[in-house]
Parts: sequence; C-alpha cells; structure tokens
Amino acid sequence: MNPFTTLKGIVAPLDQPNVDTDQIIPKQFLKRVGRSGYEDALFFDWRVLDDGKTLNPDFALNEPRYQGASILLARENFGCGSSREHAPWALDNYGFRCIIAPSYADIFYGNCFNNGMLPIALSDAVVDDLFKATLANAGYELTVDLPAQTITQPDGSALSFEIDAFLKERLINGLDQIGLTLRHEEKITAFEKAAQG
Amino acid sequence: MAKNIYEKIWGAHIVHEDGDAALLYIDRHFVHEVTSPQAFEGLRLANRRVRRPELTYATMDHNIPTTGRGMPIKDPLSKKQVEVMEQNCADFEVELFNVDDRRNGIVHVIGPELGLTQPGFTIVCGDSHTSTHGAFGALAFGIGTSEVEHVLATQTLSQRASKTMEIRVNGTLATGITAKDIILAIVGKIGTAGGTGYVIEFTGEAIRALSMEGRMTVCNMTIEAGARAGLISPDEKTLAYLKGREFLPKDTSWDDLCARWSAFASDEGCAYDRLVELDASAIEPQVTWGTSPGMVTGVTGKTPVLKDISDSSMRAATEKALGYMDLGEGVAMEEVRINKMFVGSCTNGRIEDLRAASALAKGYTVSESLDQALIVPGSQEVKQQAEQEGLDAIFKAAGFEWREPGCSMCLAMNDDYLNPGDRCASTSNRNFEGRQGKGGRTHLVSPAMAVAAAINGHFTDIRNWKFN
Repeated sequence: MNPFTTLKGIVAPLDQPNVDTDQIIPKQFLKRVGRSGYEDALFFDWRVLDDGKTLNPDFALNEPRYQGASILLARENFGCGSSREHAPWALDNYGFRCIIAPSYADIFYGNCFNNGMLPIALSDAVVDDLFKATLANAGYELTVDLPAQTITQPDGSALSFEIDAFLKERLINGLDQIGLTLRHEEKITAFEKAAQG
Repeated sequence: MAKNIYEKIWGAHIVHEDGDAALLYIDRHFVHEVTSPQAFEGLRLANRRVRRPELTYATMDHNIPTTGRGMPIKDPLSKKQVEVMEQNCADFEVELFNVDDRRNGIVHVIGPELGLTQPGFTIVCGDSHTSTHGAFGALAFGIGTSEVEHVLATQTLSQRASKTMEIRVNGTLATGITAKDIILAIVGKIGTAGGTGYVIEFTGEAIRALSMEGRMTVCNMTIEAGARAGLISPDEKTLAYLKGREFLPKDTSWDDLCARWSAFASDEGCAYDRLVELDASAIEPQVTWGTSPGMVTGVTGKTPVLKDISDSSMRAATEKALGYMDLGEGVAMEEVRINKMFVGSCTNGRIEDLRAASALAKGYTVSESLDQALIVPGSQEVKQQAEQEGLDAIFKAAGFEWREPGCSMCLAMNDDYLNPGDRCASTSNRNFEGRQGKGGRTHLVSPAMAVAAAINGHFTDIRNWKFN
C-alpha cells in the first residue's frame, strides 16, 4: 500500500449530502475482476450524459478548473449504502487521495484506509467555509499534512483535524493490515485451540 | 453486570486488544462473485492461503441471470466473473453453492436456511446487507474487499467497538403491516445516518411477535440507517427455526446448542448508549417517495411540500429527489402510478414474503399499465417450497413472471433492470438514483404493497384489500 504523508492538491467540490456508493460507481462496473482501471466509472451516471460518452458540462468534476484535483470536498454521510470497495478504487484511480467531509458511512470510511486514502472529517461549518473558498478561487489548493494533522489554506492559515492514532500510523507507513495482523498469529491459533476446547 | 448481546458477542471473540481496537475472530465468512475476485487475487499475489476454508462458504447471486438457467451466461463480463469464482473456490478449497446447486440462492437467504448462521456468531461478507444475519443474534456486518482478503488470510478482523442503540418497537402491528413497514418507519424516523457508529438491537413486543423471516427483513435494512449491524436476541422462535438445519454442528447435542445460543441474549436490565422507541400500532403501510430509504411516508401520506421544510440543505435534497422521481409536491402516494414491479431480494425474497404476495394476487390480474412484474425467489429452497404450495401457479395466473433465484432487479447487475423513466414498486432495500437501472425510479414497499400496486397500477392501501 502506498504511504500517505503530505498532499498538496486542487480541491474539487461535490455539493450533495448522502452521496451513496451506487453514485460513486454504478453497478455495471462491478463485473470486472481487477482493482484498477475504474477511473472512467467514477460518478458515471452524473459525470457522463445519456449517450454514455459525452461529459456532462453541468457536473462540477468536469469543469476545467477542477482537472487534476486530488482532494474531494463533500457533504455529510458520504459513501453510504453498498459496501463495494470499487468506490474508493474509482476515486483513487481518478486521482483523489484525500476526501474532506463532515461525516462518512462506516464501511466506506474503513475501505478508504485499506487503499491508502485519507478521509478527513471536519465540522459542517468548516466544510461550508471550504466550499465557499473552493468556489470563489479558481485553482484553489490545500496542503494536507497527516503527521501534523493539519490542512493549510493558500493564505497560510491552518486547520487541524482528528484521526485515530492507529489508522494514522498505518497510512503514514503504508502498512498492510494483513501483515500487521499476522504478527498476532500465535494468538489466533491459541484462540482457535481454546474454541475447540 | 448485565450485558447486552453485542457486548457478549464482542467479548467472546477478542483475539487481541490494543486500546479500544480489537482483533475479532470471525466464525463465518460468506463470499459471492462480485466483491471477492480481487481478494483471492490478493492472496495469490502474496502467496497466502485461506486460513480456515471450512468456515467460508460461497454462492453466486449478484450477477446471475434469472432466466435461461442451464444456458451459458450471455454477458461475457458476468460469465467471466462466475468462472473466476468457480476457479477461486476450487483453488482455495472453499465450498461453493453454484448456480445448479439445490442450496444456491442469495447469500443472506441461504445462510440461515442452511444453518450456517447461528446465534452468538461473528459473521461477515463483502455485502452491506450482511446485517440480515443479526436476526439470529449474530454480530453480522458488511465489509470491503480488502477486509474479505484479510478474513480469508487470518480469519479475523480489526474492529473498533461501536456504541449501542436499543430500538424498542412497542405494541402490536395492525393487520397487513409487516416487518418491511417497521424498518422503513425506523429509517424514516432516525434517518439514513441515524445509526452511524452504532450497533442496533431491536427489542419490544412487535419485534418478538415477528417470524424469523420478518426479523431478517428488519435486520437486513439496518444498514440503510447507517448502523454497523442490527441484532435481535435469540428466543424460542430462533431455536425452532434452526432445528434440523443442514450445517448445524454435529458434535454437540441440540440441548447444548440451545443453551449456548440462548446465553447470548441480552440480560435483563442491560444498558445501551441510546434508546429509540416506536409505537407499532401507529405504523401504516410504508412507501418511499424519494431517492433515499429515509424519504418515506405512509401510503395515505403525500410527497413533501418544499416551503414546509425549514432546513435549507434538507429542502434542497428533497427538491432534487422529487425532481429525479418526477413527482410534484403534496402528491398523494395512492395517486402515483407504476409500470414495473419487483418482489424479491435479500430483504423480501423469503417464503413468508411470497405467501403474503400471493394472498393478495389470488384471483386478480396484473394491471394492463404494467410493463413487467417480476417475482424472484431468494433461493432454490424458497422456490421449491413456493412451488410445492402452488404459489407460482397463483402468480402466473395473475400475470406475474416467476423467475429463478438471485439478487436480480434489486441492484440490476443482470438483465433485470429498469429503463429510464420506469417507475417500480420494489420490495428491495435501496431507492438510490439509478439503483435499479439508470433513470429508473424506485419506490420501496412490502411484498403485499408491491403486488397491490401491480394489480391496481398505482399504490393502494392494502388494509382495504378484498382478498379472494
């Protein structure tokens, strides 16, 4: 897994609450058996018009100013619904490494960390301010510093964010969860033996 | 100290603790063809094996056609996914209930049917509706594909303890009101993120009165309220359902199993972090009007009026949902006409659902305004049982299509989907934009409400139904 330490990038806004994983990646793309190549599937039904080819000019991510964005700014309960890990894969493949929103659905939140992506939760008011700043300033960029737990705005002012210490450590070091768990293999075996009584 | 069921199951599965995180042992792992290929591939790349293949069971359900069984699957991508599942199960020695197996069906229908789902278990699957198994007093939840790989490799999962919420449904349901109406009313009350960070235990007289099928319907849609899992403490009904099921432990007596399972039930006087109460007698048949399961009202209700909504983001979300659903403000739900109907899914594809649906259908005909009305049993066992009872004959005589089991139009990965502009009465669990097909409009209802809508061509209060 790629480590996540700091990220400076363009912010793209998705101004809708309760964005579900069916929107992040519709079902027709779940027939594939790989983990990559999902960038074209991201927000497909919103991003692409009914002909299946033409980009929807009214969808924010298609605006020239947000091209190359690596930070997605979203609203509450982002990633609700289906457990499909194709959702973080599609976001990651498209170029998003960090999401900022007031809250996330549980399964999606966990799936992000398992793909080296950082979902940051900030208050509604702070997210609201970031939306305003993003819309008001073309090319608006933020610098996310995970070790310092800060987000620095273009004017140099910094916001801080909370994150679970264990998840932070995993992201910074790009640690594979299975490898971490297997350090406790003796305990797993002991648990199994005890259960068999 | 009195403990609730979640605390008991959690405590009994800790392999290793680190602060408030725990490595939990997983008793049962279900896999299906859509969210597992990348997990098995990960094992191959890291040269890892499945630690306990005998605790893992696989089925084909999400992506398979509901017609033309025995013929090759036409869609090459779907065909490939099914073949990859077969190969993975063969390579890693995981038992597969393949499409032609009498035990095949939707993962959350067959787990309980086969006795693979047991009280006190930890159960996971790469599918958010794994919460269904909580009806048996198991801690069951959906996971991502990386976690599927983790469970395959280690038979454990790293978890943080959730808060607990008791949802107590007091009183008795009115005639014709079902488990589906209870859970839709709950999601409507607490919201689609109301359960985030919680595990919910459903209690109260109305929950105790439900059959195991009904309890599965309630727990199934716990995820639509954002909760990690939903549980119901095991009781006599749980034990009666499980007795004699195929995969129960052979080396333990029935009495010992009952004692072990019953001990997981929440203790009298145990505590929860939050309590929500509902009055069952006040619940009417539910219909969703929007693009989220929480956008729901009673069948005698109307779509919202925007100026009555004070919160601006709620108003904007409502306006967008009504726009997608092509519904005006203040429209009576009984005036909303449909052109498609779907009865099935892990929410409502069980025998009790089909019995309820057929009771309404008997002696009636599907409205001419319907383009399609599908009945899709949740499993082969459900299908066989329904055919033995003659339910298929009632459906066919009324003009419904009787299909082979699978997830079908719930997520519309196969050929069962809505076209743009279609409006569907559906017994499934999600009414998200495009869930049942791009541009399709989904109204979530109980099986009886779906059938009534198909017969009349519009939503109908089944409390006034004239049964033949």
